[in-house]
Amino acid sequence: MPLKDFFGKRKKYASIPSEKAKVDVPEGLMQKCDNCKQIYYRKEIVKSLYVCPNCGYHHPMTAWTRIESLFDEGTFKELDAGLTSANPLNFPDYEEKIKKDRQKTGLNEAVVTGTGVIEDNQVAFAVMDSHFRMGSMGSAVGEKITRAIEEARKESIPFIIFTASGGARMQEGLLSLMQMAKTSFAVKRFRDSGNLMISVMTHPTTGGVSASFASIGDYNFAEPGALIGFAGRRIIEQTIREKLPNDFQTAEFQLEHGQIDKVIHRHDMKKTLGKILSMHADGR
Amino acid sequence: MAPIMEFEKPIVNLKEKIKELKAFTENSEIDLKDEIKTLEERLAKLEEDIYGNLKPWNRVQMARHPDRPTTLDYVERLFEDFIEFHGDRLFSEDEAIVSGIAYYKNQPVTVIGHQRGKDTKENIKRNFGMPHPEGYRKALRHMKQAEKFNRPIITFIDTKGAYPGRAAEERGQSEAIAKNLMEMAGLTVPIVCIVIGEGGSGGALGIGVGNHVHMLENSTYSVISPEGAAAILWKDAGEAQRAAESMQITAPDLKKLGVIDEVIPEPKGGAHRDIDAQAVLIDQVLEKSLKELKELSSEDIVEERWQKYKKIGSFQTV
Repeated sequence: MPLKDFFGKRKKYASIPSEKAKVDVPEGLMQKCDNCKQIYYRKEIVKSLYVCPNCGYHHPMTAWTRIESLFDEGTFKELDAGLTSANPLNFPDYEEKIKKDRQKTGLNEAVVTGTGVIEDNQVAFAVMDSHFRMGSMGSAVGEKITRAIEEARKESIPFIIFTASGGARMQEGLLSLMQMAKTSFAVKRFRDSGNLMISVMTHPTTGGVSASFASIGDYNFAEPGALIGFAGRRIIEQTIREKLPNDFQTAEFQLEHGQIDKVIHRHDMKKTLGKILSMHADGR
Repeated sequence: MAPIMEFEKPIVNLKEKIKELKAFTENSEIDLKDEIKTLEERLAKLEEDIYGNLKPWNRVQMARHPDRPTTLDYVERLFEDFIEFHGDRLFSEDEAIVSGIAYYKNQPVTVIGHQRGKDTKENIKRNFGMPHPEGYRKALRHMKQAEKFNRPIITFIDTKGAYPGRAAEERGQSEAIAKNLMEMAGLTVPIVCIVIGEGGSGGALGIGVGNHVHMLENSTYSVISPEGAAAILWKDAGEAQRAAESMQITAPDLKKLGVIDEVIPEPKGGAHRDIDAQAVLIDQVLEKSLKELKELSSEDIVEERWQKYKKIGSFQTV
């Protein structure tokens, strides 16, 4: 008897909900925390800015939700809204992936930039969105961030960036890597002009983004629990043949190792940024 | 003898045959001159066909060749009185990066480069040319000195990447690289960078922000290793060749993309076949670069560099 027949009488389908279903169900009304799995009314978690009321887990935010949570009402003006990726290397499937993410997120790129007012302080701003190509940085992302920093320099206002990125975008090859240099140039010019730059690292901030503008603000902050690091955990474990502790590369780990200034809870973000901005406005 | 790469086997085999025939003629009465001549012509054509049409993956193999010349091989040939200086003054010395001062055609310069080993023992000492944060911080310390004493900076890029290790993360690998990018942007002295082997992502760029960036013909410069890209994109590290082609990581491709300035030719069969000849070919391009940059004021040097990087990228508006 062939081996496959041996299993023939087994039930073919089991009703195990998919990973996606576990998180989404029931869509609309209820939501499950990605961390502690507690179920809440969706409006409850929206009200708490996607921070789990039970365990405090900070769920990733979309760029626009973030903007809404930070800016004084009606003050945000977007820059370069239509800027998006080309396919300079004719990389296979790249255009389709971009198109799909544009439809999925309603964004044209993995970063939204603009100017606005936070607690009465005018700033230029960039917020990355990990829902678009994992927040990866290609030419368009690099260009938008560079332009936003240059705008801040021109207007002599603070620049704030919220990072969320898996790193450089592979499909644009070395053009992506060079965005690290380009954005760092812009930061240098901006910081030399005497203006304030604040970087807030959110989950996840890794690779080429953590190794460029994310780490060179006058102040570098992070949200609780955010993954922050240069190399991926799996690569490091393979290289050093050692299991890494659970808190490796978290915001708290980076704080403990002296790599960031402060971990700021999302509920305190607007207020804290406002205070820091005011202190710098007074001195100038 | 240099290990042979698969794609150059026909050449090596034919060379062997010619050598055998020559030895045979010497010790016998039979005259095989014509046969040898025909074979030598065939060899020339074969070399042209193979070395003249290297595929991206062949160049990856060349760039990774165990005998490929390293930074110090070129330093001893291109400069005089090289004196190496050590340490980042913060944590330790990192031998994956060498750094010091030397004369280049009677002008003091600062020389910095990734340093691989050529055998296991040396590779362990050099951590396979993969720096920790202290390597980047040492490099920056020396670059700042170069600025203070108005010396041009020449960097040699040759690394698989910044070291992906626990200690490197704990000591701020990201911050070390980011800071170098930012500070190199503002240096008021000329910076010339030359990719001599593998240019591995952020670990390469960490000493690679220059007014001029050149690459040896068979070196590579990539945002992620072909194996890494293949594993992520196609869930199969075996697709590395395809990734190498798609990502356009070779010197000729990057010149076309406008990311690098000059492709420095290599001796037939690669830099490891003739290090002296390779050094001469680098020398020609380096001399030209430094001469051009010498004409610029400190402000113009920074401005020129900014204009160069500002332009890099390809995007569209919808």
